[in-house]
Amino acid sequence: MTQLMDPPDISTSTDAPQKLHGIIAEFETVNDTVRAAKKTKAEGFKHWDVHSPFPIHGIDAAIGIRPTILPWIVLICGLTGTIVGISLAVGTMATDSIDLPGLPGAAAPIRGYKFLISGKPFNSFPAFIPVIFETTILLSAFGAVFGMLLLNRLPKLANPLLKSMNFRRSTADRFFIEVEARDRRFDKDKTAEFLKGLGATSVELIED
Amino acid sequence: MASITTQPDLPPKSLDNTTDDPSRRAPLVMGDNDFTSITDKVCAIAAGKPPISWWIAFGAAVSLLSFLGALIGYLVTTGVGVWGNNQPVSWGFPIINFVFWVGIGHAGTLISAVLFLFRQNWRTAINRFAEAMTIFAVMCAGLFPGIHIGRPWLAFWLAPIPNQMGMWPQFRSPLLWDVFAVGTYATVSALFWYVGMIPDLATLRDRCKNKYGQFAYGLFSLGWTGSSRAWHRYEKAYLLLAALATPLVLSVHSVVSFDFAVAQLPGWHTTIFPPYFVAGAIYGGFAMVLTLAVPARAIFGIKDIITDRHIENCCKVMLGTGMIVAYAYSIEFFIAWYSGAHYEQAAFLNRALGPYAWAYYTMVFCNCIGPQILWFKFARKNVWTIMWAAMCVNVGMWFERFVIVVTSLHRDFLPSSWALFKPTWVDIGMLVGSFGLFFTFFLLFCKFLPVIAMAEIKTVMPQAHDIEHEPGEPYNPDEDQADYRPDRPITELEGH
Repeated sequence: MTQLMDPPDISTSTDAPQKLHGIIAEFETVNDTVRAAKKTKAEGFKHWDVHSPFPIHGIDAAIGIRPTILPWIVLICGLTGTIVGISLAVGTMATDSIDLPGLPGAAAPIRGYKFLISGKPFNSFPAFIPVIFETTILLSAFGAVFGMLLLNRLPKLANPLLKSMNFRRSTADRFFIEVEARDRRFDKDKTAEFLKGLGATSVELIED
Repeated sequence: MASITTQPDLPPKSLDNTTDDPSRRAPLVMGDNDFTSITDKVCAIAAGKPPISWWIAFGAAVSLLSFLGALIGYLVTTGVGVWGNNQPVSWGFPIINFVFWVGIGHAGTLISAVLFLFRQNWRTAINRFAEAMTIFAVMCAGLFPGIHIGRPWLAFWLAPIPNQMGMWPQFRSPLLWDVFAVGTYATVSALFWYVGMIPDLATLRDRCKNKYGQFAYGLFSLGWTGSSRAWHRYEKAYLLLAALATPLVLSVHSVVSFDFAVAQLPGWHTTIFPPYFVAGAIYGGFAMVLTLAVPARAIFGIKDIITDRHIENCCKVMLGTGMIVAYAYSIEFFIAWYSGAHYEQAAFLNRALGPYAWAYYTMVFCNCIGPQILWFKFARKNVWTIMWAAMCVNVGMWFERFVIVVTSLHRDFLPSSWALFKPTWVDIGMLVGSFGLFFTFFLLFCKFLPVIAMAEIKTVMPQAHDIEHEPGEPYNPDEDQADYRPDRPITELEGH
């Protein structure tokens, strides 16, 4: 972690030069951040991001984030839940002749359990709806939460950004634009200069 | 145009934001707060030493919790005969307590999901701890059916698990629906609560000085860094969870009411039960929110985040749902008379004039009369009248379940099977002990986790929307119609 303000440190401080992860620029207000994000996008960077303590409305357009596929994941999970609910209720209440294959290690094959209660039909579908509804909601919710974490590549417990003490304010009251070193337009000095020109209050190199 | 937009209608230092100016929205965060001060305030609660009142409350709660544990041990080793349950009142206190706690558990998800979909941004200040309250209330609720089954070590028979007996639970029974509904509700509420907390846990991680704290917050915040791409998916996930939790929260208490309504018993067999139960659940839940919020905002010094307006709004919700509950009580009597079914009529006359009439009138007073004081504005602003109303509802909603369970069961069709129900000291001890369980977890939550949804509160502060437009810049509806613009009157949006 080296402040860019004294460049010699970068090369001399360590014997084996660390791999550069990227550059972060700090901003104080939402307005500065959105403005800077628009210019960063216009500059043509691809691997960059804005870090903020809360979701900024309008930042998606400023960065050019495309809509997530998460709703489709949730739809698929929800439909799976519906099918699971129907199979569970109908399979256990209204079948007895078909032996479902037993789970590995199960003592007996899994079999339906037809039981006549008050002369009601075995397949009392309306009575199964509450359970089917609940399994649909349950699996959709799993899809929403775990799908979101998966798409966001979380959990990610080691992150070079978190080594920066300054960056820790990104979850409190500061906004950061991060340009990654793997971006084709990335150049240590020019990019830092560019970010400073956007009105950043500080610019910092992040090493891996 | 900008000159008229940046001033909130009230002096920012004032803590009273309950007056209404129809042309502007009242600010949701009072005082001279910015992002830094909000973060400092909320993190200080989790990082600092708790006040002495916290220790006193925690000591009391843990004592009650150990009492509950001892009673459960006594119950398991001795048998359900330690309760007052008998034939015909075989449900007794455990099921009354179950319905009572599940009902309280509804306000949290209502605040986080339903109010989120309706864009009620005042929810941001109270949603975190209302959700926590939900989870702990559902834990208390789940305990009672578990021990009521008689052999708690066989509670797993409730779940559809393949077994050597070749038996399955009965999917046509509302009691099984309950297992699925409450199980799903507990899981989804916990996920909702946790997902909402990830960014705030990251804030705590980044500010924590303590090694163990850093490790724990670091682990549970999953490496969140507030990336905009992550926020984009996060907001979508949150919206979807809200959309899923809304029908879920309505379904759960409906299913609980089916436990009663599907039975043929006079006093239970009514179609009004699902909406009446849901309204009652929200009513009781908001009463518990107020019971917790009013002291918490004073003890933790967060009156500028949970403002008078938040408290007033909760009072209004309580008043509204209370009217629905009162209406349901009266329509039940009307239907009993109008149906011409004399068992039904006898059941309701028995409620009002029978041996448990005292419970019925306690319920009517506490739910329909006591909280009516909240019609007056002075009462919605005074701590003592608010607490009076909330306590009325807490007591009244418990008695509502007592009336439904006990008065309907103790006298059904056949007079020869009538009997009275009398709770034992174990019954009462378990009810009191369940509050120990609830408050122990709640107080631990207040100490170690972010009690206010910091990230969400920041989005409803004027500073979060302070984006200037350059001339000639294309109109971006995302920036302008961000859902909450406390600083901007509606007229300005029309200017675009």
